[in-house]
Amino acid sequence: MGTAPAPAPLPGGRDIFEVRFHGRGGQGVVIASVVLAEAAFLEGRGVQAFPFFGVERRGAPVVAHTRIGSGEIRLACDVEQPDALIITDPSLVGTVAQGSLQALRPGGIALLNSTHRPEELGLTEPSQGTRVVSFDASSLARQHGLGSAASPIVNTVVLGAFAKLTGLVKWPSLRQAIEEKVPVKREANVAAAQAAFESVGEVAS
Amino acid sequence: MPRQLLSGNQAVGEAVRLARAQVVSAYPITPQTTIVEHLAEAVGSHALDADFITVESEHSAMAACVGASVAGARAFTATSSQGLALMHEMLHWASGQRTPIVMANVNRALAPPWNIWVDHSDSMAQRDTGWLQIYAETNQEVMDTVLQAYRVAEDPTVMLPVMVMLDAFLLSHTYMPVDVPDEATVDAFLPAFSPRDRVDPGATQLFGSFSPPSLCFMELRHAMARAMDRAQVRLVEVGKEYSQATGRPPLGLLDEYRTEGADAVLIAAGSLAATARDAVDRLRHDGKKVGLIRLRVFRPFPTEQVRALGRRFPVIGVLDRSFSYGSGGAIASEVRASLQGERSPRPKVGSFIVGLGGRDVRPEHLVKLYRRLLEGHAPGEEWVGLREGT
Repeated sequence: MGTAPAPAPLPGGRDIFEVRFHGRGGQGVVIASVVLAEAAFLEGRGVQAFPFFGVERRGAPVVAHTRIGSGEIRLACDVEQPDALIITDPSLVGTVAQGSLQALRPGGIALLNSTHRPEELGLTEPSQGTRVVSFDASSLARQHGLGSAASPIVNTVVLGAFAKLTGLVKWPSLRQAIEEKVPVKREANVAAAQAAFESVGEVAS
Repeated sequence: MPRQLLSGNQAVGEAVRLARAQVVSAYPITPQTTIVEHLAEAVGSHALDADFITVESEHSAMAACVGASVAGARAFTATSSQGLALMHEMLHWASGQRTPIVMANVNRALAPPWNIWVDHSDSMAQRDTGWLQIYAETNQEVMDTVLQAYRVAEDPTVMLPVMVMLDAFLLSHTYMPVDVPDEATVDAFLPAFSPRDRVDPGATQLFGSFSPPSLCFMELRHAMARAMDRAQVRLVEVGKEYSQATGRPPLGLLDEYRTEGADAVLIAAGSLAATARDAVDRLRHDGKKVGLIRLRVFRPFPTEQVRALGRRFPVIGVLDRSFSYGSGGAIASEVRASLQGERSPRPKVGSFIVGLGGRDVRPEHLVKLYRRLLEGHAPGEEWVGLREGT
């Protein structure tokens, strides 16, 4: 404790970097928020992870959040303007994406699980410098046997892609966090996340 | 001391496991359910050597804990909101029989309309039941407070039950880093429960029983009142002992944040205090002299400490996440009562009702309140964050 070197500055020079996940109940969205927090925690950052404070049910739209800080995080309130948005369920891209993008902090990043490019989905970048990236996480999850063919579990896959895109957490810490916090199919989840990490390009922050 | 990422409910579960509770009886209710799940798993996997008594209601859960405690077992339960309300009758039995039960209450609003979010009305409605009430600000404090609660409750000079409060979702379901003390440290800090009196089939004793007006009822109540006084002293002492055992900062009845030379302070309990610390930092950065008084213990109420604050700060604002209809904010009422009889000039005391039913309270909201306090604006009762036109 307290022996790790000081972590690098957060993307965009933020004191607190806030991530919002949109998914469906039963897809491991809340676990994804905890895994991301754990990875950053392992790197010595202040963290919080929490579901949207609601009545989650299998299949219903679910929101979860991760806060990552340069120091200890004390806030006990909602995330109002996230720095990053992760939409894990393709069926939500059409219904929640455009509205959620409006909430994104200018200069932020949105990662969508979709086989379509953002412009094909009619999604426009809400402000200058904001990036909207789509990525076919479902196919990668299927290849690694995560979930079923009809409803793949993409939570660790999107985290692999997100870590690479943002540089927010390093691969070794993400890997360790998955091993510690994902209750099932640890090896497959690690392999799938690594494949995602290696298949997307880095976006300079 | 390993540092782990734990939700508030996991912190409760781990603390109860470390405390080696012997009987756990609880009924699930959102947002408390994961505490009971955690403990059921701990009992099932023998990580905790306890009897897990499943019951049909919170009323029965507390009855089971009272029975376990008078038999000499360390008992634990957890509840929230409607569950705590249903338990009301048995709360008096627990304190009246002087059973040192520890209960976690996840603070949640009472219906109608149904609302599962944070609100302190559930526990504030139980303030006169003879239980100690401690409000946690962070998950670390949840862990530390549950362990300290058993030490204070089981002290032979106290023997009263303790309610440990954590805010729905903001703590219960939020994962934060928590230093978890090791078993040897906790075992040394918290020895096994060994009450002087316990139900013994071979001895003739009375537990509960009956008292006509002329016998002992009033004397027993007077004894409870004095036990609460001693609990106040023990809370502070045990906070220091825990600090020595674990290296964590000592927790007392209330604490101060950046109050040096403050022209105005806010008083807050629970996770509101964490958000208020950010508001204080922002204003101090701008050169404004404001600070925070974090109220940790509501029962016994730290009257003397609040009187002392009244002599130091000209303007005090009180945040209440509950409301007593026909009266006001519960904490504000206590603060004002504490300051009665002080020589003038007494501080102005403003009462702000915030965050009922989980309404979001953000640092910027509290910055505004601080700015108004600095202008001398201390309302008798003001509801903050109401939607207009509703």
